[in-house]
Amino acid sequence: MSDHSEIFSLTGSEISHGIDNGIFSSQEVTLAYLSRIREVDEKVHAFLSYDEDDMLRQAKLSDQRRASGKSLGPLDGVPVGLKDVISVKGQPLTAASKILKDYRSPYDATVTVKLRSAGAVVGGRLNLDEFAMGSSTENSAYGPTCNPWDLNRVPGGSSGGSAAAVAARETPFTLGSDTGGSIRQPASLCGVVGMKPTYGRVSRYGLAAFASSLDQIGPFAQTVEDAAHLLEIISGHDPLDSTSYPTDVSSFSKILNEPIKPCKLGLPKEFFGPGMDDEVRKSIDEVIQWYRQKGYELVEISLPTTELSVPVYYVIATAEASSNLARYDGIRYTTRSEKAENAIDVYAKSRGEGFGQEVKRRCILGAYGLSSGYYDAYYLRAQKTRTLIRDDFDKAFAQVDAILTPTSPTPAFKFGEKSEDPISMYLSDIYTISTNLAGLPGISVPCGFTENGLPVGMQLIGQAFEEGKLLSIAHDYDRELQFGRKQPNL
Amino acid sequence: MSEKSSMDIDYVANLARIELSPEEKNKFQGQLGEVLKYFEKLQEVDVEGVIPTAHAFPRFNVWDVDESVEGFTSIEALQNAPKSRNDQVVVPKVVEE
Repeated sequence: MSDHSEIFSLTGSEISHGIDNGIFSSQEVTLAYLSRIREVDEKVHAFLSYDEDDMLRQAKLSDQRRASGKSLGPLDGVPVGLKDVISVKGQPLTAASKILKDYRSPYDATVTVKLRSAGAVVGGRLNLDEFAMGSSTENSAYGPTCNPWDLNRVPGGSSGGSAAAVAARETPFTLGSDTGGSIRQPASLCGVVGMKPTYGRVSRYGLAAFASSLDQIGPFAQTVEDAAHLLEIISGHDPLDSTSYPTDVSSFSKILNEPIKPCKLGLPKEFFGPGMDDEVRKSIDEVIQWYRQKGYELVEISLPTTELSVPVYYVIATAEASSNLARYDGIRYTTRSEKAENAIDVYAKSRGEGFGQEVKRRCILGAYGLSSGYYDAYYLRAQKTRTLIRDDFDKAFAQVDAILTPTSPTPAFKFGEKSEDPISMYLSDIYTISTNLAGLPGISVPCGFTENGLPVGMQLIGQAFEEGKLLSIAHDYDRELQFGRKQPNL
Repeated sequence: MSEKSSMDIDYVANLARIELSPEEKNKFQGQLGEVLKYFEKLQEVDVEGVIPTAHAFPRFNVWDVDESVEGFTSIEALQNAPKSRNDQVVVPKVVEE
């Protein structure tokens, strides 16, 4: 049996390879990660819960399958952690909210079914901003996750637990959800790879909805190659999600090593203005140089609606949230206020007691934007402006194959730095938000460190349903630079 | 209620069915006022004749085959209900005397 520390430092592909070649078993791998979680999660707090017995039971079944020559593929026996908004039958799903503290999922999400079909050890519920609303994981009702590179700083959010768990080597793979940057921004702040697929690429069935027209589930890993493997497994049309798109899933991991040449990358001038941290700028400049040297053509493009994307997003996302979160009403599957005396009380008091401050702010803001007299000025106007944002991207993609930007304007910030100022927190998503509004795929790839040792991430945005091309461009850089393989000292 | 950068917090909290403490009302009034002021940027955009986008890749009339499938048993459906009795969710009386 291998030493635990040798196992948890490996990438997902290396784990998969090791199990496949009999170097270690799935049970050994699972035990190694469980021991790593016990060792470091008191500091990091990436996990809200994990079911050790259930994970070891799945690992044992995987080893038995392999022994009888019935392996389900490369992910068979490899642990995958899930953001605590993705349903796993019989397991908790709190969405980091008090209102769902006792909830247990009665069914599996489609992505969970797909992971099971691939033999993955589905385990671990990962921390987030309550109902995925936030950019720092400070909005979790169960306490924040800490950035493994500096425990005094946020891991980003909302999928902060999913990003931090991979960075801290507590699991080789995780899934998160991305509504305005909630996969890419924490991936960037934690120094790992995180990808938001095209809207409709991955089924949302069994994902606790935040903003239905923007939400997508996506993978976290140490490398682009691993993210491609995991994305391939969770993608595909699902009749249970009517917005899931009926299009073929290509073998992303197979086309990774086929570079797109000639390839043109666009640099949107609006993203490179004031507000970008100098060290982030320096890292991105080096990325630009790297691609140039490799024969990519880099051109300046314009996305004039960039500054509108944050207000458009917050009008649309809060409107959809206020509607989606109406289901948490104290009646069917949430905690109910003890003080409620009539039906309206049950709703208002249960929600008043069960929701945290950011969720309340957003539900109220959303209700306002949809209310009589304000609908045209806010919601409808935001939807029309959303069309202009999409048009900007369409024009850009007539010229370029992908768009290169930083993922976040700054590296990880300190706890409390932005939590009382909603607008400053909202602006930390300025580079990621427009991708969701246009429905496009985006990936964050680690591209360096600041002088203080904080990770920096670059973002590549691709054309709709062109994940293969996007991953190939990202992998070209990542396989050589491999910043995601650097491990924090914990 | 003044211009667009203000909000009648009691009215909207009631629409959202969320009970707020006096401290929350006070705090949110200020914070949401700032957010609405920030949203005013949208009023300057020329959206004359622009078709609104509800979904990035809209799909219409997504049909499913009309056949019965296994659903939850009542025990499964009620397992998360805060109060239940006789296979039903218990709620406060909703009809006035």
